[in-house]
Amino acid sequence: MSTDVTAKTPAPAPSGKGGGAAGGGLWGLVLEGMRRNMRQYGMLIALGLIVTLFAVWTDGDLLLPRNVSNLVLQNSHILILAIGMMLVIIAGHIDLSVGSLTAFVGALAAVLMVKNDMPWPLAVALCLVIGAVSGAVQGFLIAYGGIPSFIVTLAGMLIFRGLTEIYLEGQTLGPFPEGEQKIGMGFLPEVGPETNYHNLTLLLGLVLIAAVLLQEVRDRKRQKSFSLDVLPRNLFLLKLVAVTAAVLTVTLLLASYKGTPIVLLILGVLVVGYSYVMRNSVFGRHIYAIGGNLPAAKLSGVKDKKVTFAVFLNMGLLAALAGLVVAARLNAASPKAGLNFELEAIASAFIGGASMSGGVGTVLGAIIGGLVLGVLNNGMNLLSVGTDWQQVIKGFALLAAVGFDVWNKRKVGS
Amino acid sequence: MAGPVLEMRSIVKTFPGVKALSDVNLTVRQGEVHAVCGENGAGKSTLMKVLSGVHPHGTYEGEILFEGEVCRFKDIRASEQRGIVIIHQELALVPFLSLAENIFLGNEHAKRGFIDWNETLRHATEVLRRVGLDDHPETRVADIGVGKQQLVEIAKALSKKVKLLILDEPTAALNDEDSGKLLDLILELKKQGITSIVISHKLNEIRRVADSVTILRDGRTIETLDVKDAGTTEDRIISGMVGRDLEHRFPERTPHEPEEGAAPALEIRGWTVHHPIDQHRKVVDDVSLHVRRGEIVGIAGLMGAGRTELAMSVFGRSYGRYADGTVLKDGEEIRTKTVPEAVRHGIAYVTEDRKHYGLNLIDTINRNISLSALGKVARAGVVDEHEERRVAESFRTSMNIKAPTVFEPVSKLSGGNQQKVVLSKWIFTGPDVLILDEPTRGIDVGAKYEIYTVIDRLAAEGKAVVFISSELPELLGMCDRIYTMAAGRLTGEFSRSEASQESLMRQMTKDKEVTR
Repeated sequence: MSTDVTAKTPAPAPSGKGGGAAGGGLWGLVLEGMRRNMRQYGMLIALGLIVTLFAVWTDGDLLLPRNVSNLVLQNSHILILAIGMMLVIIAGHIDLSVGSLTAFVGALAAVLMVKNDMPWPLAVALCLVIGAVSGAVQGFLIAYGGIPSFIVTLAGMLIFRGLTEIYLEGQTLGPFPEGEQKIGMGFLPEVGPETNYHNLTLLLGLVLIAAVLLQEVRDRKRQKSFSLDVLPRNLFLLKLVAVTAAVLTVTLLLASYKGTPIVLLILGVLVVGYSYVMRNSVFGRHIYAIGGNLPAAKLSGVKDKKVTFAVFLNMGLLAALAGLVVAARLNAASPKAGLNFELEAIASAFIGGASMSGGVGTVLGAIIGGLVLGVLNNGMNLLSVGTDWQQVIKGFALLAAVGFDVWNKRKVGS
Repeated sequence: MAGPVLEMRSIVKTFPGVKALSDVNLTVRQGEVHAVCGENGAGKSTLMKVLSGVHPHGTYEGEILFEGEVCRFKDIRASEQRGIVIIHQELALVPFLSLAENIFLGNEHAKRGFIDWNETLRHATEVLRRVGLDDHPETRVADIGVGKQQLVEIAKALSKKVKLLILDEPTAALNDEDSGKLLDLILELKKQGITSIVISHKLNEIRRVADSVTILRDGRTIETLDVKDAGTTEDRIISGMVGRDLEHRFPERTPHEPEEGAAPALEIRGWTVHHPIDQHRKVVDDVSLHVRRGEIVGIAGLMGAGRTELAMSVFGRSYGRYADGTVLKDGEEIRTKTVPEAVRHGIAYVTEDRKHYGLNLIDTINRNISLSALGKVARAGVVDEHEERRVAESFRTSMNIKAPTVFEPVSKLSGGNQQKVVLSKWIFTGPDVLILDEPTRGIDVGAKYEIYTVIDRLAAEGKAVVFISSELPELLGMCDRIYTMAAGRLTGEFSRSEASQESLMRQMTKDKEVTR
């Protein structure tokens, strides 16, 4: 995503022995770089390992085009929630209400579209607004009312769950109009000449690769113009090749099935957008500042209450979006939808490098964390592992990820 | 006169990079009240922590003899078993437990793991009566005032069969009436045969309760005086506390010449602030002062004098409950109700506690520097990282911040370099008035000189500087004018030529006469 993750994670200072590692050539440099960004690379490596393991165990079924497509569809809502949750956790809070809010918005969508025949774009917009308002109310109570976020959102969890059941009268409601369905299940349309691949997806993939390469090269140039250390040329090229290969693989996999899911497109926009906001906007900075040291942020003139309020408003908005996506995929709103979503989103954030005390984490980290859980889910499903054991294994994965982080930090600290 | 109950011989205690105690000797006689005094940072609290086992045996050099035996305390419990109990400056009570529960916390009257409430309440009532409290032992600590809480601490000490009671600035958080009661209690306990060590820098208190006083300075014992001796005047004690020679430790400074007619850059009138919890205590009491452009004005005061409280309450009302007063900038009244307002009016406050209030330690140098003025490196809410880096780099050079890159987390920097980052952050906001609160606390001599140079440069650029410090030499070396504060009030104003360590210290220790 970016070349300066180094600036985000408190990395161990380059030791005097770094020169020795560099003497080992390219490989030494790679190791040195990874050692410095243990958290980011650690999780990426773990994700790669899990993917490889399950690919072997399932005789390659995991990486079949159809399954990759499914994987995206099945986990998109958790990834959307994880982005918002990451912001909440960086700000030093927690949100337990998102699962219930997701269900509530799904129910609202169903009542509006199925029962009242409201046109789907209007209903979707209304749902998003209601989600944002719900988040804003909770944010108001937390930021201006001074009630701890754990309490407010625990109450929200109960309230929205209850409202969902009241609203749906205990029934499952469906099916949705086609427009809404597409949000959760649709693919980009087929265009152009008949090939064995989905043309638009291929095009998108190529555009993405071009954009990433351009950005990387420009970043490197600008860094050089500030006479800052940059990656050595050969390592930089290796990185570009790796990124290109990864994007190309996913593109080809998707293109050889039905193409790009619309959810993936939404998700892509969110990831890029939120990463940018967190890295480059004043608002993003202020979130890191209040989570990292609240008194210092206040004395620096950060409007901490406004920021907290906005973070929860945003969480509500994303929860509503996730609600629409889930409802669309299941093509029904059910009173039991969204169970444990909040826990999966929180787990994703922590696996992806968030800290209990706030101030640390990246949007990309939340996505990686969410994918680790998603691949575990999907892989174990393919292997017909029961949901009982799936939970146990996911629990251990969370423990292992955070345990590794704590152990790594302690090593650095000593 | 009775023999010594406690002897501390040649105590040396080193923290990473700092020698807190170098060769301290302290002898306390049986049954006396012994005061220990010295400037902030002289090593008083460290010495008491060594004595009570907070710094365990092995982490310091020298030896401790209590009741004639060599003691090697490995923790605070070990010293308590010998009857040495310390009451820290910050009260160590659990607010939502009852008085009785607090008194026996960690030392419960219990049978097979279950608390014997009858015995607990009986014993609690007994020790509470000894300190003159008639509150019910089941009252919650949160429901009684700070003065009474201090007495509960003493009751807790009594329940541990205390022989030597150590009180670290026991009246720092108390109002006059509660202070008086506390001092009476110390004298009462003396009659019951309990020896006390009282750390204090309030000279009138020392004269009232102490039999002898040991003066520490820069981690050394200077002398031990008999308080009842006619030669032991307040002046005598003060000269012991400050008596060090001024070397060439400050940059050459051309004194500021006030311009005729120009309104002061910052003027504070009748500023009064109440304690955030104890509404009846005025932490800042009717303070009026001013500072002109190009001028460095010092505020001298000991801990608890209200200097920080004054500064923080002016800076966006960040402390206490505002009661009264106005702030004028260049002759016009301004609103400083919130921090952003204060910053917008060109006021900057550099905190005394950089780790808690000044820096986001887990974040990097560049992000810490830009935080207060992000708007300056951002367009339409988007931070220009390259511009931010350029700004940070220019401060790294001009302030001589020693770090490999500006992407280094500030937690990895030394105290002096962290302080330079905090200063950079506030200079970057482009202030007209800088309030510097203990800007050289906890940093080494070389870095101090660099900070002084920066302060001097800021004044030369026409900024108004308020310099809060409890180190008198640096105020004398740097300031054009010095105010003194004690117990929330301004007690004096000195021009550069009038000020001396003795004259300042006299006004800094001028507490209202303690009421009986």
